[in-house]
Amino acid sequence: MGKKTGLEKEVLRLRWKRRLIGTTKHWGLASKIAVYGLLILFSFVYLYPLLHMLAQSLMSTADLMDTSANWIPTDVSGENYEKAIIVMDYWMSLLRNIYLAVVPTLCQTFICSIVGYGFARYNFPLKKFFMGLLLLSYLLPVQAVSMPNFLLLQNLNLTDGTIKPFLVTSLLGQGVNSALCILIFYNFHKQTPRVLLDAAQIDGAGYFRSYFRIAVPMSTAAILVVVLFTFVWYWNDTNLVNLYLGGYHKDGLTTLMIRLSGFEVKYAAMEFPSITESGLLSRQKTTMNDAIVMAGTMLSILPLLIFYGVLQRYFVESVDHIGITGE
Amino acid sequence: MNKRKKKADAKKYPRRITKRMLREWAQGYFSILPWLIGIGIFFVYSMIRSLQFAFNTVILSGGVQLEPLNYTFENFANVFAKETSLPILIGEYLTNMVLRLPIIVSFALIIAMLLNSRIRFRLGFRMIFFLPVIIATGPVMAKLTGQGAGSIPLISQETLATFLSIFPDYIANPVRDLFSSLIMILWNSGIQILVFLSGLQKVPFTLYEAAKIDGANGWETFWKITIPTMKPMILLNAVYTVVTQSASGSIVDLISSTVTEVGKGYSHSAAIAWIYALLISLVLLVVFLLFRERSDKNVKYETKRVVKRG
Repeated sequence: MGKKTGLEKEVLRLRWKRRLIGTTKHWGLASKIAVYGLLILFSFVYLYPLLHMLAQSLMSTADLMDTSANWIPTDVSGENYEKAIIVMDYWMSLLRNIYLAVVPTLCQTFICSIVGYGFARYNFPLKKFFMGLLLLSYLLPVQAVSMPNFLLLQNLNLTDGTIKPFLVTSLLGQGVNSALCILIFYNFHKQTPRVLLDAAQIDGAGYFRSYFRIAVPMSTAAILVVVLFTFVWYWNDTNLVNLYLGGYHKDGLTTLMIRLSGFEVKYAAMEFPSITESGLLSRQKTTMNDAIVMAGTMLSILPLLIFYGVLQRYFVESVDHIGITGE
Repeated sequence: MNKRKKKADAKKYPRRITKRMLREWAQGYFSILPWLIGIGIFFVYSMIRSLQFAFNTVILSGGVQLEPLNYTFENFANVFAKETSLPILIGEYLTNMVLRLPIIVSFALIIAMLLNSRIRFRLGFRMIFFLPVIIATGPVMAKLTGQGAGSIPLISQETLATFLSIFPDYIANPVRDLFSSLIMILWNSGIQILVFLSGLQKVPFTLYEAAKIDGANGWETFWKITIPTMKPMILLNAVYTVVTQSASGSIVDLISSTVTEVGKGYSHSAAIAWIYALLISLVLLVVFLLFRERSDKNVKYETKRVVKRG
């Protein structure tokens, strides 16, 4: 009798364990709650700044002062966006920024792809040494070389407020994080089966044909990731733009990020042209501009969000295939 | 053993340079030619220039002219004399690294494991977690932290402040910073999640099944299978984290701001840059020593056996 209840207890215990924690094949309730709970919690943490920004940017001045309207604006108003568009000279800056980000991105992707392919596919003397140099150029801080680089470009008369310095550095594989891109391509091309390229060679394919017909089509996943990253890096960059273009010029090339970092000053100068005292200016900054600054921030990352939205499906899938992991 | 044999072979039969090999060399060099020129001009040459700046006085009169110093490390001595805040900044940098590195790497591993498990809306979740890769840089972050969007509202600042008042300032301050910018720190783990995820997908599922059959529970498989197989990724991610976290910050601002300051200039800035480079190299060395693969032969051997048996 006692034995039987013991067995029954054991069965009951196992059944509950299966329901709550689950088996190898199926998850129980507790595991599910834990996993989804964590995921949703982290998703909230990740999305919180964006949501905060969006909510703030849509609020009117009255809502900002009203503590009860913490999240949802009482009346959605686009006035902040209208103002921010004027302050940032949005459409013109957007066009220039796209030009300034897209061209170096394409150059960098192409050059890094071919260099990574060269490192992965061919053996040549000093290859190990050059790989070491590549790693070193990635690990050491850019600041150590950025000043001499600038002086060099200046001596070559390339820093004339045009896209030239970006073009030269990206075409020579020294753009923003180029070394990382080369490493991504290197890892990827190392995984492409050698037999395929050898077979192509036997069939009479030369250097260019085997690169463009086999290596490039096979590395679309890596190309996608590098294009996305590089575009983002160039879009968000302010150091290089400040260095090469001398920061903000009224009619020169500029980026939305530069406009954004000078946003408060520009706004205050526009809204209160008579006040130049820094005290008043900073006070305006802290109380009034919050929503408009958020609208400006939202506007400057909007193109990135759209770009990501278009590419994300391929991006998230291609991440699975690409060997960034470097083994 | 094998390596030694190969070396001996190479001595016995010296390699003949064939036409085919020459062609491969040529093609290899042709592929990397643009990068080779670039690294020569913009890295090696600039490195040398930067070192020259740091060990000479730079005079700007119709171009850059170098003048020798009174003694070798004069610029460096000047840096420590003039930048009184530098030791504090270095201390902050190091404490930040010690605090942030484990958080970012372990958080990325947890998220990657969650994303890799059998969940619904996987694409949707992944899209959210890769989102910071897109926006987590530059002025946007500065604006968001400036607006207080960087801290989690659930954690009460007052409780934290009273709790932290027990500790001395040099511990309390970084911890307070940590909490007030926790979201921003977590936002920095986008790429790390990506790396872990693609690593996790390469771990053969049979390994886990074999462990389950042998009676291991989730906790044990995590420590005995996931962590050992993820070790190279952990090293990679730690290095990546150090590099990206070092790419901005107060020392970087100091380097770029001192260039134009009167009485400081290029030499001063270059000296700080080299001190910083040395600091980062030291951190990387520590990271490498901590996370390198040590005597993993046993694990690999066992894994192989398990795979064979399965």
